[in-house]
This record gives sequence, structure tokens and C-alpha cells, in this order.
Amino acid sequence: MAEISVIEAVRQALTEEMSRDSKVFVLGEDVGQRGGVFLATQGLLEEFGGSRVIDTPLAEASIMGIAVGAAFRGLRPVPEVQFSDFVWPSINQLIGEAARVCYGTNGALTVPMVVRIPYGGGIRGGLFHSQNVESLFFHTPGLKVIAPATPYDAKGLLKSAIRDNNPVICLEHKKTYRLVRGEVPEKEFTLPIGQADIKRPGSNITVVSYGLMLHYCLEAAEIVAQEGLDVEIVDLRTLKPLDTETVVTSVKKTGRLLIVHEDNITGGVGAEVAALAAGEAFEYLDAPVTRLCGPDVPTMPFAETLEDAYMPNSAKISDSLRALAAY
Amino acid sequence: MARPRAAIEKKPAKKPAKAMPDPGLPQGLTTGDLVDYYTKLVLVRTVDERIWALNRQGKVPIAASCQGHEAAQLGSLLAAQKDGNCFLFPYYRDLALKMAAGLTPTQVMLSFMGKAGEPYSNARQFPLQGADLPNKIIQISNVVSAGLTQAVGYALACSMMEDRTVVLVYFGDGGSSQGETHEAMNFAGVQRLPVIFICENNRYAISVPQRKQMNLDDVASRAAGYGFPGFVVDGMDLVQSYEATRLAISHAREQGPVLLEMKVERLMPHTTDDDDRRYRPRDEVDEARKRDPVVTLAVDLVQQGILTQQQIEDIQAKAREAVDEATDVADAASPPDGSTLHDMVYAP
Repeated sequence: MAEISVIEAVRQALTEEMSRDSKVFVLGEDVGQRGGVFLATQGLLEEFGGSRVIDTPLAEASIMGIAVGAAFRGLRPVPEVQFSDFVWPSINQLIGEAARVCYGTNGALTVPMVVRIPYGGGIRGGLFHSQNVESLFFHTPGLKVIAPATPYDAKGLLKSAIRDNNPVICLEHKKTYRLVRGEVPEKEFTLPIGQADIKRPGSNITVVSYGLMLHYCLEAAEIVAQEGLDVEIVDLRTLKPLDTETVVTSVKKTGRLLIVHEDNITGGVGAEVAALAAGEAFEYLDAPVTRLCGPDVPTMPFAETLEDAYMPNSAKISDSLRALAAY
Repeated sequence: MARPRAAIEKKPAKKPAKAMPDPGLPQGLTTGDLVDYYTKLVLVRTVDERIWALNRQGKVPIAASCQGHEAAQLGSLLAAQKDGNCFLFPYYRDLALKMAAGLTPTQVMLSFMGKAGEPYSNARQFPLQGADLPNKIIQISNVVSAGLTQAVGYALACSMMEDRTVVLVYFGDGGSSQGETHEAMNFAGVQRLPVIFICENNRYAISVPQRKQMNLDDVASRAAGYGFPGFVVDGMDLVQSYEATRLAISHAREQGPVLLEMKVERLMPHTTDDDDRRYRPRDEVDEARKRDPVVTLAVDLVQQGILTQQQIEDIQAKAREAVDEATDVADAASPPDGSTLHDMVYAP
């Protein structure tokens, strides 16, 4: 197995799926000659040509509307939103339109589209290059949402998303792009959408997380392991549909649940996971369900001190784990 | 592309003509087509009036009348059907287009009453909204002009697949103000896509008149900003609407987008929930009714000796009969079962 970065995994998934199926094409701002601002589409223009690697005008609503329309004709578009913060102009086409197409046509039409969205903070991106945008998509029936944290998961899930017949939002945490490396099989593989993964087995506390935070949770688990705490870490990988079974089984085993995400705490994915635990593992809980999430401020600010104050990290997670264990 | 030719010349004929090419008609059009489309027009109008009445009886929750828009819709549809390789993205006021594209009066009535078997969405959506793929029609939503970028995407896919389809996408003067309208036209121009933007301009976005919507007389003039041609068409005239669309289809297929602004009248309030007396002078509506295509086309056809007054009356009687029957069938039909609520949220 070769060790690659998350961004290389994304690029491999795109290349393989475009080779496999001529209906797959990418479009977006700077995805052609530039190879995307993060280089996720580097080399695709040379390999597949300008009709399948389309540089668009700087206009997100039309990027998404055009992708939806192309999907109606049977193609499998993979639009790139340059930064999550720029998804808002296109939100009607995603939440208003694409999510409702199958239902609103009684299944006559579907939107086999994957919207790739680099998201998240911790990179001094300020208010408009750092946003977490998952909660709105998570809330919307008709969409699927994946949020892989490792190269293996990114490649396997993105390939499955491209083959899926529904609109899939692929959230790629931009800080993981080059920071996180991992082994990926040389052989062709896909991973099922909707399956969480236990990244670290343990018996005392369940931690549910995804994206960049998963890696901070793994660090925190190592820290508190020195203190005798055995933490189990569930990586959701897919936010929608949520793998309720894996979460509930783990919580029943440990009796304690900490949910960690970078997105704002109110109405976030964690709120749903908390309700799930309360509803389906109530009698197994030995402590209150706890959330360590981004605070309810608009986004992590630009100044380092303020960004640090916003972001959960391994020290904050370790503190939460200790408090939960001591309850 | 030349400007569309003027309307059919009104030469009174000596005797009723059969379906043969008329030297006064544009290319590809026969008097038989005119009779056929007049018959469709009467059927559409009969349905349109009936659904309004059914709304007042509490049997149709909502309807947007197409009265006054029919000639534009049917003229463009006729050109699309004669071409045989067009795909349509209509908007919410396109009852005539959607119906004449191939639905039966019963299907239409099922749709307006929200009954099972309704062809566009199985009654999940407002009437005739969703998709009618057998008749090459998609209209997903009520978000005005959201279909424009989708239509452009469809045209992009067709050109990628080299299937020679031309896409016709319809919107109102209200929709012309949306940002996505600009984005759609800009991208279509950049990529020279086979798409025709058809603006049915009735000068009202519900209650807001054109002078408050745009600092322009003609939406068509905007086409210059996207590097493709735009034309003003008399959308109250079926033959002009046909001819303009026919020429536009050929231009779009070979050279890229066209914007057609079909000037029409809205003869009824915005929808059954609207009362246009609050914002529209009555004499303006009375004046508009003089140009009602159902009336003017009948006069033309009789004057030219293509139909007799008796034949006109027979066509009207047949339409009433068909709509009576469709109303009864739809009224007796069942709504979708409540247990289907969860179906089709996701594709398999």
C-alpha cells in the first residue's frame, strides 16, 4: 500500500472514476488549466480534455444549476465549490432544487451529482475561507453528505459518491488535504456511504466526530490513555444518512458520549447524535451526553488568538474526556 | 438570423381550403397545422376556464392561468414539434405548452385536482410541475428562473453527447430580473450552447409593472450583453411565434443561443389567489382582451376561409365535451395514498 495525502486521494478518485465512466465530468472555477486552487483537479484537463474539465465563469449558482441540468440528461457532474464559504450563492440549486428533484418528479428524474466542497478552519482563513457548512445539508432530505477524514476514506467514499444516483455533498476539510497522510490500497476499492468507522476501539467513553476533528480526537485519546482512560472513537465519515447503529452500539458499550465537531454547536450534527443517544441508549448512559463544538460565533476569526479560541483541539478534547470520566 | 417575418397576410379566400401549403404562411406551416393548433388552443382555454371555476368550487387548490400567453406557447411548441429534436424547460404559466405537448384533458384535470396518476409528480407538486419526460419537459420548481441554469446544463450535456438537441427554456418578465437568468445567459453565450431563452413578457411580475422591474423597453435587448441575438416577437400571434421559434431553433443548433421576447398579455390575475383589481386598471385588461388569441385566430381562420363559423362552434363544443368528461373522471379519481409520503426521497 502506498502512503498518500488526502488531496492525492481526491485526485486519484476523480481520475479513476473519469476513466471508468465517460459520463463523469468536472466543472468549477479554475479547475482546468490551474488544476483547482487546491490542485484537486490537477492533470485532469490534460488527460480528459476541455469538454470534461470545464472552467466556468465565477458564478456559483450557475455552476450548480448547470450541473443539475447536465445530470438530468444522464451525465454525472462533479462540480467543485472553490471554498465552502462560496457555496451560498448556489444554495437554492442544492437545497431548493437538487434535493427535491427525485421526490418532486416521483422518481422520474434523479440528480447523480457530487458537489465537492473544501471546508473548515484552522488555516487562518478568517470568516470567508473557513466556514463549516454541513448542518444545512445534513438537515435536507434528498441529499447525502460525506465528510471523510483520511486518504483511504476520501478515495473510497468519493468514488462511491460519483457512482451514487443521488446528489452527494462531499465535504473535504482543507486542513487535512496535505496534513493528513495515510495508506491507500493500490487495488480498486470503494467504501459504502452511510457507514461509520471505529477508528479506535475503547471501553470507557465513546467519542463521535468527523473531519479534521477526528485527528484531534485521536490525539486526545492517546493523551488520556496515559491516565488510564480507554476511549472509543467513532468516525462518522458519512453524516447523512447517519450510521445510527454504530453510534448507538458504541454508546451502549461505554455508557458515556462526547461529540466533537468544529461547526457551531447549535443545530449542528452533534445535536442530532445527542438526540439519538438520548432516544436509543437512554438506559445505558452513565453521564450526560456532552458536546465540544465550535461556539455560536459566525466563523473562526482571522486573528490567531481568536481562531485558537474558536477551534476545538486535543487539549480541550482531553479536558472534556476527563470531566466526562469523572462524572 | 433575420428578424421573424410579419404575421400571416389576411387574404379572404373564396372557399374553405384544405390542408395545403399557403403561400402566405411561413416555411413548414400548413393550414392544417393552423386548424390543429386552433383546436388545441380552444381545448386549453376551455381547461383554463374550467380550472378557475373548479378553484372557486374548492376542487382545485391553486391555478395560474395562461390566458393571453397561448399563442406564444403554442407557436413555439409547434416549431419545436416540427423540428422533432427539442427539449422544453417551461415555467409555471405554461399550461398551453405543457398540455398541447401531449397530455390528455384527463391527465391535466388529475393534476389540478391533485389526484393519483397525475403525470408530473404524482401530485407531490403544484399542478403540471415536475417532469413529463415522454413529452420532453422538465420544470422542477416555483423558484422563478431556477430552471434557466438547469436548461443550460441540459444543453451543455446534449452538446457534449453530440445529440443535436435544442433546448427551449421559458420564463416571464419577472424571472428576467433574477441573477440566475444573467448567469444562465452568460454561460450559454460563452459556450455557444444550443439553447433558446423565451421570455413571455406580460409586463407584470404579479403586481409589479415592467417600469419597476427594468429600465428597458425590451428584455430582448439584453441579449447583446451576452454576445448572441435577441428578438422581439408578437406573442399574441401564433404564426409569428412559430416562425420566430423555427428560425431560432436553426440558429441555436448551428451557432448558439437566441433570446426571444414574446410580448403577451396576461388576461387573468396572477393566480386564483390573486385579485388584479388591486393594481391593474380595468380598461387595460379590456383593451388586452381585444387581442385574445382565441378570438383573433378564429377570426383569421374564418376570414381566410380555412374554417367556417360552424366548424369553429363544433371545435368549441367538442372541447367542452372533452373537458366535462375529464373533470368527471378526475373528480371521481383517488388522491395518492398517504402511505406513499416517504417514497422517492432518494433514488435507488
